[in-house]
Amino acid sequence: MLELTPLEREALGLSLTVAFWSVLASLPLGLATAWLLARREFYGKTLLNGLVHLPLVVPPVVVGYLLLLLFGRRGPLGAWLYDAFGVTVAFTWKGAALAAAVMAFPLMVRAMRLSLEAVDRRLEAAARTLGARRFEVFLTVTLPLMSPGILAGTILAFARSLGEFGATITFVSNIPGETRTLPLALYSLTQTPDGETGALRLTAIAVVLAFASLAASEVLARRIRRHIGI
Amino acid sequence: MLEVSVRKRLAGFDLDISFSCESAGVIAVFGRSGAGKTTLVNMLAGLLRPDSGRIAVGGRTLFDSASGVDVPPERRRLGYVFQEGRLFPHLSVRGNLGYGLKRVPPDERHIGLEHIVDLLGLEALLARRPHDLSGGEKQRVALGRALLANPRLLLMDEPLAALDQQRKAEVLPFIEQLRDDLGIPIVYVSHAMEEVIRLADTLVLVSDGRTVAVGAVDELTSRLDLRPLTGRYEAGAVIEARVVRHDEEFELSELAFPGGTLRVPGLDLAPGADLRIRIRARDVALALEPPKDISILNVFPGMIRDIGAEPGAQVDILLDLGGTALWARITARSRQDLGLTVGSRVYALVKAVAIDRHVLGRSAGRPRFLSKPG
Repeated sequence: MLELTPLEREALGLSLTVAFWSVLASLPLGLATAWLLARREFYGKTLLNGLVHLPLVVPPVVVGYLLLLLFGRRGPLGAWLYDAFGVTVAFTWKGAALAAAVMAFPLMVRAMRLSLEAVDRRLEAAARTLGARRFEVFLTVTLPLMSPGILAGTILAFARSLGEFGATITFVSNIPGETRTLPLALYSLTQTPDGETGALRLTAIAVVLAFASLAASEVLARRIRRHIGI
Repeated sequence: MLEVSVRKRLAGFDLDISFSCESAGVIAVFGRSGAGKTTLVNMLAGLLRPDSGRIAVGGRTLFDSASGVDVPPERRRLGYVFQEGRLFPHLSVRGNLGYGLKRVPPDERHIGLEHIVDLLGLEALLARRPHDLSGGEKQRVALGRALLANPRLLLMDEPLAALDQQRKAEVLPFIEQLRDDLGIPIVYVSHAMEEVIRLADTLVLVSDGRTVAVGAVDELTSRLDLRPLTGRYEAGAVIEARVVRHDEEFELSELAFPGGTLRVPGLDLAPGADLRIRIRARDVALALEPPKDISILNVFPGMIRDIGAEPGAQVDILLDLGGTALWARITARSRQDLGLTVGSRVYALVKAVAIDRHVLGRSAGRPRFLSKPG
């Protein structure tokens, strides 16, 4: 009963892989975007802010379709990726990770931006008078002080990526072993006769997974807070 | 030399400050809140960019709008002790102390961790976190952190302002000690005359974003025209004196100054020690003849140099005691009865107990002066 079926193991493994790469790849970009939005004034800032938050407000299917247009084999970015690196994202697990990353991006940026805005800039000024260059200050003062926000953003994005459905199915379809993540597998089961038991089991797995990541984030956050003394 | 000439236009505030003085001992920047003191120090540190002007410390140009020089804060090598400490909350006290030190090239580390830990009494705090420290402890750590960056000049922006009286008394002796031991010039921003008198040699008087006067502390605090700025606060004179001897029988100490010898209740200082004392104007009475049969021990002949023009029942009178300035506050009535005018010869009566032990500060014992502003 507690043993996972091969189908479940496949969906769960794929989901974890997709979420892991989605979060890992968007971390540096998310940090840079949060920094731009929190600390810089530039022409087009409102536009960037809107673009980042777009996936939150448009239907996921729209995002998926846009990704397909851009990253499909004949899409401008997809063709370039294939020609330059031989990489295909459409209808592969990499595409699933990309879709998950785009959908989770606003959540990640938001958490990071809030924590960055809460960092006391007077501490950064103090660090500079002590001989640290701008980038050193960022590494030794800013980054540690915003680490709770980075953690929160990462966990949120991870959870969001695990649950990604609409953009994924539109962009990379529902291919067993390649793009059929846990939510897609669950959806497929609900569409087949006698799929109820399997669907329930997947639901249970999804709930356990969500709780586990929340608990992990809670423990980590507490440890970080104690460490940085805030 | 510390040469400063900066202009900056801020919202609703125009700052234009120029002065130069010997960069030695403690240079106090004094003025009311909002006079532009912190703005000035931030410009010295490189945290705020002047619209135009020039800043040079010890012959090294840190900012010069004419030649486009603007050394970034991390390369200015000026220590900065902030009003609120600004310790890094994610680092231990040891981590905070080491932050600046490890960025100093090894051959330029004249001040080491042990020395500072010793000097500021930080041994017991090293493993602790900033949020576990009291206000006074935080300021001591902040002071140590700034010093360990081995600065060429230390900037202190009202480092005691956020502390209560007791904490102030806890930190002040440390500041005095580093002034005397380390030989790093200090720019000390304050709006508390008491601290200025205790610590500083040179005073830069700032008001409404302008330099009003630059000079020796005792010289400026005894100038009548600066009274509105230095404050009628506990009007008094600062006098440099030296312990001559102790009278064991009556437990008195004799202090020599150019105007004579003061007798004060026994001090815990060895003969030969220099100190700075403050005699409040209200503790000085005047007489035309040397009084006889009187309990006051300290009587000095002198001449009236100036008479304050502020209206009211009391007038402040500036005396010249053999070159030393002394203030007396008497009633306008007495002044008229005695017929006191500028040039009158009088005797100043100072109560021995009137010497405020609280502001006894050790003299820096360094060449003290400096050029006029501008």
